[in-house]
Amino acid sequence: MISWKLFSLLVYAAQWTVLYSAISISIGFVMSAGICSATLSRNRALAFAGKLYVSFFRGVPLLVQLLLIYYLLPGVGLDVPSHVAAIAGMALCTSAYQAEILRGGFASVPRGLVEAAEMSGFSRLAIFRRIRMPIAVKLTMPALISEAIMMLKSSSLISVVGVVELTRMAQNLAASTYKPMEIYTAAGFVYLVINLVLVALGYGLEKKLRWGRI
Amino acid sequence: MSLTPAIRVRGLVKRFGQTTVLDGIDLDAGRGEVTCLIGPSGSGKSTLLRCIAFLEEATDGFIEIDGEPLGFAAGPSGERMRLPQSAIRPVRSRVGMVFQQFNLWPHMTALGNVSEALVIVRGMKRRDAEARAMAELEKVGLSGRASHYPSELSGGQQQRVAIARALALEPRIMLFDEPTSSLDPELTGEVLNVMRDLAKTGMTMLVVTHEIGFAASVGAKIVFLDHGKLLVQGTPGEVFGKPRHPRIEQFLDTYLDRGAATLL
Repeated sequence: MISWKLFSLLVYAAQWTVLYSAISISIGFVMSAGICSATLSRNRALAFAGKLYVSFFRGVPLLVQLLLIYYLLPGVGLDVPSHVAAIAGMALCTSAYQAEILRGGFASVPRGLVEAAEMSGFSRLAIFRRIRMPIAVKLTMPALISEAIMMLKSSSLISVVGVVELTRMAQNLAASTYKPMEIYTAAGFVYLVINLVLVALGYGLEKKLRWGRI
Repeated sequence: MSLTPAIRVRGLVKRFGQTTVLDGIDLDAGRGEVTCLIGPSGSGKSTLLRCIAFLEEATDGFIEIDGEPLGFAAGPSGERMRLPQSAIRPVRSRVGMVFQQFNLWPHMTALGNVSEALVIVRGMKRRDAEARAMAELEKVGLSGRASHYPSELSGGQQQRVAIARALALEPRIMLFDEPTSSLDPELTGEVLNVMRDLAKTGMTMLVVTHEIGFAASVGAKIVFLDHGKLLVQGTPGEVFGKPRHPRIEQFLDTYLDRGAATLL
């Protein structure tokens, strides 16, 4: 068993895990709406740019992206603080995945619902915001929650840019206490609890969106 | 009554690839009248309606709504010129549409479905829009279902909400695309009653329907399409009265079994 003192240090570090993940996933979601509408755009150049973005950020490991942001940008004169690099890396990465998830959702929005909005005089933007987006989000909610969980776990990678989050704290404590088994078990437990809370939030959200079949 | 018809279609052609769905349609729909489009499945009547709603772009020909060209106008020497996108919306805003599949937005209540465009498109305050929407729901007998989501309503109720949604925007013309085809006979009746009441108010209506009884009793004009061509048009008496066009005779025979033709 580990002491309360050690455990409270893990919980303290877990705050950063939650904070960085929450901020990145939220920024990523807003970005994904834009990227998704770009990939679905009738404008060829915009659609290509969207697809290129998705290919890059899904194709390159998050770890490499983080290192690129943290070490490459200062090389061209852009000084990137650790927390900015961490959030930027995660947001860019998850936005690509979320955009692809949403794209599937948009494709499943029945054409007739859009036609009804067109006949009611909605602008393209209004159709996107008021009709297609809410329905796409509802249809893809389980996949979006799943992506959030993946992202929360991937947040362990941001330690490479100097952010001390749950995993890095566990490594530090394991090294100084020589109790890796206990420390990592405790860290795993904390991740599990956070993700269970996330799943519960997801179910709550799905319940709130339970306005029936589409 | 002005001489300009509410809807004027000239030489309308619609092709999907190699298939010609509409083959040179000329049609006038009178103001304040109910015009019913009938014909066998695949005759092109729904496509014609969708072209008039500009949900489909016709391959050739012209459509005028209240004398205003929709989508395309004739140039100086009669050539077909595409009008800018901005010219389409004002013309289209005179037209309301009711779909076979209702197409209510599932994430909004009945009240939300009816009031949304008033807020988003007309810029009304939410509260005013909802009061207006409530009045429209009242007219179709559904003010008691205002807070229900579409999934909580029967098909007939959904279609009545869809009619209220279109009427809230005060269209001059209402298009109905097989409004009762996905309803059972009992629910069909309640939707047809709402449409009858609407016809009595003098609304210009263009109705694609398989309800021959409704067409004969409410329609001022019956238009029979077959294989993308306008085969016969006239008053119900002219189209259904004897002697009938042999193709209409054959078409009506299929309704005899269902007892619909006895309504004529």
